[in-house]
Amino acid sequence: MRELDSRLIAEAVADMCIRANTVLPDDVRAALDLARRDEDGEAARGILDTIIENYRAAGPVPICQDTGLACVFVEVGQDVHISGSLMDAVNAGVAKGYTDGYLRKSVVRDPLDRVNTGDNTPALLYTELVPGDRVKITVAPKGAGSENMSRIAMLKPSDGIGGVRDFVLETVRLAGPNPCPPIVVGVGIGGNFDKAALLAKKALLRPVGSHNPAEMYSKLESELLMLINSTGIGPQGLGGRTTALGVNIETMPTHIASLPCAVNINCHVSRHVTEVL
Amino acid sequence: MTYKLTAPLTRDAAARLRAGDSVLISGVIFSARDAAHKRFCELLDDGKPLPLPIEGSVIYYMGPSPALPGTPIGAAGPTTSYRMDAYAPRLLALGNLGMIGKGRRSREVVEAMKAAGAVYFGATGGAGALLSRCITSAEVAAWPDLGAEALMRLEVKDFPAVVVIDSLGNDLYDIGPRQYRERHGQE
Repeated sequence: MRELDSRLIAEAVADMCIRANTVLPDDVRAALDLARRDEDGEAARGILDTIIENYRAAGPVPICQDTGLACVFVEVGQDVHISGSLMDAVNAGVAKGYTDGYLRKSVVRDPLDRVNTGDNTPALLYTELVPGDRVKITVAPKGAGSENMSRIAMLKPSDGIGGVRDFVLETVRLAGPNPCPPIVVGVGIGGNFDKAALLAKKALLRPVGSHNPAEMYSKLESELLMLINSTGIGPQGLGGRTTALGVNIETMPTHIASLPCAVNINCHVSRHVTEVL
Repeated sequence: MTYKLTAPLTRDAAARLRAGDSVLISGVIFSARDAAHKRFCELLDDGKPLPLPIEGSVIYYMGPSPALPGTPIGAAGPTTSYRMDAYAPRLLALGNLGMIGKGRRSREVVEAMKAAGAVYFGATGGAGALLSRCITSAEVAAWPDLGAEALMRLEVKDFPAVVVIDSLGNDLYDIGPRQYRERHGQE
């Protein structure tokens, strides 16, 4: 069995927190550049220019001051043994990255007493056991402006694809200018209450512009993007074509009585960095 | 129209602005978000003075990332404003004339703005790296225990914003998207 020192995980996480918050991924850059080309409103184009100028100007200053909750997805191969605590290593990495990288500490220790923990820990750690002897780590800092506009619905099977379409659109309309459009829309369909939400979050990890491999869902992604970009909400909600850069749908089997549908919204600072150890 | 504004604001300067105008703000503004607003209202409940000159003030809903060595402040873009809606009317009633943030405001806030002659500005959300360059100095004015949520006194130079809601209650979040849909024959 392969041995992996947890200190290597801590080092990788620290580095990834800094990179994720200062360098916008290529897929999002490309989507913003494309959106700027296709935008037809003068004010909307100006806002997209500012957003593009901002990601170019970032580093070492973070792209956005909301450097987020540190969402860390770890896929652990069944044939690797991690020496030391994985959770401690991830938290040590987050504390080091957020301190050394001058990133904002945005975590309170309790949802009601609201005292800041001071180092952005604990991370939100999602682990999964997979075949192989590698450890794949994805760091996806998530801002709260967009997270707060996310919703879930326990639809009825009879609501069907139309019900899903309506719920996603309604969620984007209700969000309006609040989540810093242009947004990226992650949709999770199926599973149960909690799995649908997780699917929606994982959908945001897929590159903007990629498509669900199933034709029905790939078409639904394109249709939803077109409908969302017809609302007129536009960049920052001030009117324009570019309300969303992409819609990513992930699905899984569900109960005969259920059609859970979760919508996780991300802002245009859609951050994710992956490394394999 | 693009206006050069000086903060703190005068009533005349605020009254002249209309939804859709672009502004460049220079002068002294204060940054405060959720936790600082809660403390403002606790002070007012106790009949104590606020830790900022409220008359004509411009309050920026923002909690920065830490300043890198040799710079006054880190990334410094707006946070979503509706979380301050529960507190804003009390500050408006005391003379606060400008708020900078992003996202919609409640009906109560808009009514309080109309009564006070105040303006709500939108700054570009997610453009924190660029906006930090318009902040020439930053110091904690109160509550350092709040970390990024402390009340800060900021000196700004040509800070870019757009008038989203003016003192008459016109709201660019309604007007802008509607104009887009009209242009595209949807209404």
